[in-house]
Amino acid sequence: MELAIFILTSLVAIVAALLVILQRNPIASVMYLVTTFVAQAILFIQLRAAFIAILQVIVYAGAIMVLFLFVIMLLNLRREDFGKDIKLKYKPLAIAFAVVLLIETLVVINASMIPAQPGADLPATFGSVQGVGRELFTTYLYPFELTSVLLIVAILGAVVMAKKKL
Amino acid sequence: MVPLEYYLIVAGIIFTIGMIGVIFARNIIIIFMAIELMLNAANLAMIAFSRNLGSMGGHVMVFMIMTVAAAEAAVGLSIIIALFRNRDSANIDEVNLMKW
Amino acid sequence: MELIWLIPLVPLAGFLLNGLFGKSFSKPVINTIACGTVAVSFLLSLNAFFGLLRLAPESRSVEYILFSWIPSGSFNADVGFLLDPLSAVMILVVSGVGFLIHVYSVGYMAHDEGYARFFTYLNLFMASMLILVLANNFVLMYVGWEGVGLCSYLLIGFWYEKRSATDAGKKAFIVNRIGDFGFALGIMLLFWTIGSVHFSTVFDLAPQQLAYGGGIVTAATLLLFLGAVGKSAQVPLYVWLPDAMEGPTPVSALIHAATMVTAGVYMVARCNVLYMMAPTTLLVVAVVSMFTAFYAATIGLFQNDIKRVLAYSTISQLGYMFVACGVAAFGAGIFHLMTHAFFKALLFLGAGSVIHAMSGEQDMRRMGGLKSKLPVTYTTMLVATLAISGIPLFSGFFSKDEILWQAFSSPFGSPLLWVVGLLTAGLTAFYMFRLIYLTFFGQRRYDDHVASHLHESPKVMTVPLMILAVLSVIGGYIGLPKALLGGAWFEHFLHPVFAKGAEIGKLAEGAGESHATEYVLMLAAVAFVVLMIFTAKRYYLDHAKDSEQFEHGFGGLYKVVYNKYYIDELYDKIIVNPLVKGSNLLWQKFDVLIIDGFFNGAAWLAGQWAISMRKLQTGMVRSYAFVFLGGAIFVIGYLILSR
Repeated sequence: MELAIFILTSLVAIVAALLVILQRNPIASVMYLVTTFVAQAILFIQLRAAFIAILQVIVYAGAIMVLFLFVIMLLNLRREDFGKDIKLKYKPLAIAFAVVLLIETLVVINASMIPAQPGADLPATFGSVQGVGRELFTTYLYPFELTSVLLIVAILGAVVMAKKKL
Repeated sequence: MVPLEYYLIVAGIIFTIGMIGVIFARNIIIIFMAIELMLNAANLAMIAFSRNLGSMGGHVMVFMIMTVAAAEAAVGLSIIIALFRNRDSANIDEVNLMKW
Repeated sequence: MELIWLIPLVPLAGFLLNGLFGKSFSKPVINTIACGTVAVSFLLSLNAFFGLLRLAPESRSVEYILFSWIPSGSFNADVGFLLDPLSAVMILVVSGVGFLIHVYSVGYMAHDEGYARFFTYLNLFMASMLILVLANNFVLMYVGWEGVGLCSYLLIGFWYEKRSATDAGKKAFIVNRIGDFGFALGIMLLFWTIGSVHFSTVFDLAPQQLAYGGGIVTAATLLLFLGAVGKSAQVPLYVWLPDAMEGPTPVSALIHAATMVTAGVYMVARCNVLYMMAPTTLLVVAVVSMFTAFYAATIGLFQNDIKRVLAYSTISQLGYMFVACGVAAFGAGIFHLMTHAFFKALLFLGAGSVIHAMSGEQDMRRMGGLKSKLPVTYTTMLVATLAISGIPLFSGFFSKDEILWQAFSSPFGSPLLWVVGLLTAGLTAFYMFRLIYLTFFGQRRYDDHVASHLHESPKVMTVPLMILAVLSVIGGYIGLPKALLGGAWFEHFLHPVFAKGAEIGKLAEGAGESHATEYVLMLAAVAFVVLMIFTAKRYYLDHAKDSEQFEHGFGGLYKVVYNKYYIDELYDKIIVNPLVKGSNLLWQKFDVLIIDGFFNGAAWLAGQWAISMRKLQTGMVRSYAFVFLGGAIFVIGYLILSR
């Protein structure tokens, strides 16, 4: 049962990911991207990462994707805005590279000896809001605080960039 | 339970798809989405390792990656807006000022 | 006395103020800054001088180290100042005469375009000169040495639109380079052998570490003397000084008569310990400088440019000072330096006043009869002329006579030196009175245009003249010799500085011939000088018609002397021309073909390489991503395969 759900959701995630980059219409791309993210969220739940799964749906599928949609709508992109399809000279080579990358990834995964651990002895709070929160505010306090700086900088940067005149 | 390797393989495939997207897409917004795909693939691998090792460090790392992704999306999209405003185009190939 | 470091710094501040903002200042502001800073320096010098007097004679040597400038291993050079009787005399002369000349310049340069520039350079010069005389080590002294050289160059070429002025500036700079090169080598040799550049250390250790009369000390002192020869215009490096008269007259007075050119004498006196250890060098100094004194005086005999006469006279008088050093009478040299600063500055300023009145005319053949038109200038210049000629009761008499006496009686002197010195003194009297007669007496020889502009200089110029005239008279009395019932106070004051040198040279103070000999020699000198003055009077005043006949009566000799022994032409032929030709050859053949060819070729190769490589940089972000991917694949593949 567990394996079946895994196979199903991962197939959905992969196919949706493929469709993201094959679509001409960016709005459709965004929709497929949301699909991938939700499928991944299911995988996260399977991995007992409840908090991250919820974050994935709320922040990624919700906030960031809405931002994408918003920009697309704002710019009102038409087909001709993308110009003519320039044929890439290195298209076959690039595909070959991608395949090599995938094979290399698989080789690495195959070659690494990762001892599988039983899932039963995990603490009850593993992956919960409480568990992740405790980690964030104890062990990873400084990096966590620094993210706020990063977000401030990003906000300022976005405002500066998008403004018509300074 | 599902072995760790399976998750890693799925993450690898999604990452490669993202990579292909970055190289082939001409629409700058799609390139952006492909980058998000790659980040997510990395997230998946993190969570899988975290589960396997029974440590929550990976969760925190994913949290950080999401923050970075959000920041990057905000800045990146504002760059796109500025670019579109100046060039009236979202085609990445028309943005080639990065040479002498 | 703790304020001695301010003495050079105040003019430096004036230099910065006028240099940076002079363009926007009005003339009164500029000259207030320029003269004010020098005046402050002078007051500080006076304060330092009286502070020094309050100390016991043995402890009259105060060092003040501002900060450590170049601490590097065993080498250490401070920005430190040394106040002892010698430097006290120097700073008084430099800042005092300098102040008077600054004031004079206010009038002289009043209508010049480069007013601010002039005072900027002048202040920089004062700062450099004061650093030079106050430095407590060779390196800082060298800084001042080069600083005054730079200012000399800038001020000689002050009227840079004039080709001859810029040429003269370059000549001064290049000729000085030879001397400075020797000076620098001398400093390095001293550091190499003694391990210090600090005056007191060097002079303390030199007698222990170096052999008396040995090769090293002789070489070092000769090299230092080479520096002095360049800066103080002695044979064979004197050629720049006459040309330096292209600069404004106050500059000639300040730099090329009163202060900078005496830096060499000061330096030799400062290094008296070393010189006393090298009798060979002393002999060289005495012979070279005596020759210079005589030689320059002969050239001065028949020059017609009023400033050139004075220039050759300066060279000749500098020769006197060096003779004093050469016979180990450093005190007498410094004494003459001081009196000379007074009367020669006065002569130059007076000449400047005449030139000013004559609308820029410098040729004495077109002057004459100016006595009644320029009474103040005439009187003051006459005083200076009497002083330089060595007429008794004027300052020059005491200092010059002291040198002649020392040349005769010192263990390092000889009667021959005295004879040549006497001849020189006679020639000096002759050409100085020739100048006076040609300029101020006789028929007027200028045209009506000049006559209409003829006027006595304003107060701001004549008052410094009068002050200098007073100093030219009384300046000698502080060093009244014992033979004339004086106390030789000046030499007693300086004695602590030269005591160590005297000890090494086994000089006994006050020993030597009886006063009777001294009186006889003195009388002989005065008699000869008076005779020469009457000769000048005979041919240039009483029978002015004869003067041309008289000059040409010397035939070929006159021609040679008039053309300055053709030395400039000789230098051109044997040094300048071969250098120019060789340089041209190197430039056209070696530099253009080989050096430039090599570098241009290298640049061309790099360019070709870049042209082929720049295709990589398409500017397309996607191709960069592609290359990035390739790199990542390569690295991962390498890691997998190398496992």
